[in-house]
Amino acid sequence: MQVTLWLENAVRDAERSGLPALKPLLESLARSTTALRAADWNVDPAGQHPTRTGQDER
Amino acid sequence: MNAEPVTIAQLAPALRARTLTSQSITDACLSAIAERDQALNAFITVLGDTAREQAERADAEMDTGQYRGPLHGVPISLKDLIDVRDQPTTAASRVRQGHVAASDATVVTRLRDAGAVIIGKTNLHEFAFGTTNEDSAFGPARHPLDPNRSPGGSSGGSAVSVLANMAYASIGTDTGGSVRIPSAVCGLVGLKPSLGEIPVDGVVPLSGTMDHVGPLCRSVEDASTVFDVLRGETPAMDRPVPDVGGLRLGILRGYFTDVIDPEVGERFDRACDRLQAAGVALCDVEIRHADDIASTYLHIVLSEAAAYHAPTLESHADDYTPNVRVRLEMGRYILAEDYVRGLRGRDVLIHEVNEALTGCDGLLLPTLPIPAPTIGSGMVRIGGSEESVRNITLRLTQLFNLTGHPAISIPCGCTREGWPVGAQVVGHQHRTTNLLDTARAIEPYLS
Repeated sequence: MQVTLWLENAVRDAERSGLPALKPLLESLARSTTALRAADWNVDPAGQHPTRTGQDER
Repeated sequence: MNAEPVTIAQLAPALRARTLTSQSITDACLSAIAERDQALNAFITVLGDTAREQAERADAEMDTGQYRGPLHGVPISLKDLIDVRDQPTTAASRVRQGHVAASDATVVTRLRDAGAVIIGKTNLHEFAFGTTNEDSAFGPARHPLDPNRSPGGSSGGSAVSVLANMAYASIGTDTGGSVRIPSAVCGLVGLKPSLGEIPVDGVVPLSGTMDHVGPLCRSVEDASTVFDVLRGETPAMDRPVPDVGGLRLGILRGYFTDVIDPEVGERFDRACDRLQAAGVALCDVEIRHADDIASTYLHIVLSEAAAYHAPTLESHADDYTPNVRVRLEMGRYILAEDYVRGLRGRDVLIHEVNEALTGCDGLLLPTLPIPAPTIGSGMVRIGGSEESVRNITLRLTQLFNLTGHPAISIPCGCTREGWPVGAQVVGHQHRTTNLLDTARAIEPYLS
């Protein structure tokens, strides 16, 4: 799941659960997840390393 | 008699020689609590009656020549995450209202066997999920030097209890820095041993991959003594201190020193200069994936904490303090695939710390980039930028929770305003005693 879609779903769920305070935290977490996925230890089955473009390409 | 700010190493011979009694020093600690704890809020539960009974028993034993070791008769406080039989373990949370521990945590059993006096359960950041001790169902713990400042956390009450002479040592927990951070903020020694070295049964968990139990003390020698007791060993007596001139330390710079309060940085640099002048060989080392530490740590700690708290986030959501609750809720959204990426990152960082330690007795870096933060300040200004207090306080400690290497914070001076600064020494995995030997050798030169 792309981080952008994950964030949309997470924020929608947080609002539905009555936790709007979660939104900025989830946005911060999304940035951290993007960074984690861009780390060069993540090799995909095609043998490709991610690039640190700041974009979630998945 | 008023409790003097002495170490356990200084106290133990006097207790054994019966020139001091456990009852007198326990009474002094209880007096300090009575005088100052309303303002400092270090304790959640004061075990005055049972502490006096334990002190009386310790004195009776020592009067007849029965000596259990250097902790015999010494008042020790416990972070209120650690079970003491027949007492509540609150974790500083209303979620645990009504809880009473059925048995002692293993570390408590070992402290009792060593003759320690359990003086009380200390305040903490709720469920150990924070670095300032601000979010507690019992109110914030406050720094003895300025009640408007945080003593650090999550083992903030533990640090306050030792600094304010309410105990001679405290047992805390450290999942991202929660022994070392308050130790640095309060000018104490704080040890996070190697992962798995001290049993955590009977201790409320936060993140099983990274939870550690460790002591906060007034000296490295005291930390070594308490560490031996906690791991079930007889404290070593008269262990030789290695020659400081034969030591080699790797200095972690770059990520580890480029976001730092100028005075803290200066104190650390001066400490390095003193070590070098004393004959310690210093070399610069790096952690190649240092920029990935925070994201790796976050995905593991949030996932594991959320998993543990999932049931009570459903049933007792409103009993959490709001800040802790939302952070735990955040963890429930982390995908399994990202948690696994975090575990892979952990493996990479373990390897890189091991590489950095090659040929060195230890690694050296500051413990905390800032002095004691103001209570209620979520952000702090360093140089020209604003940083989150949470992130900046975890910045230099969380790596060694991820990797499990032992790490100790040692005082290395104060800022011009008198705020303590800590230096952190990191040892090889599963060689905490070697780390403590190195720490004992360099301690006099650090401040």
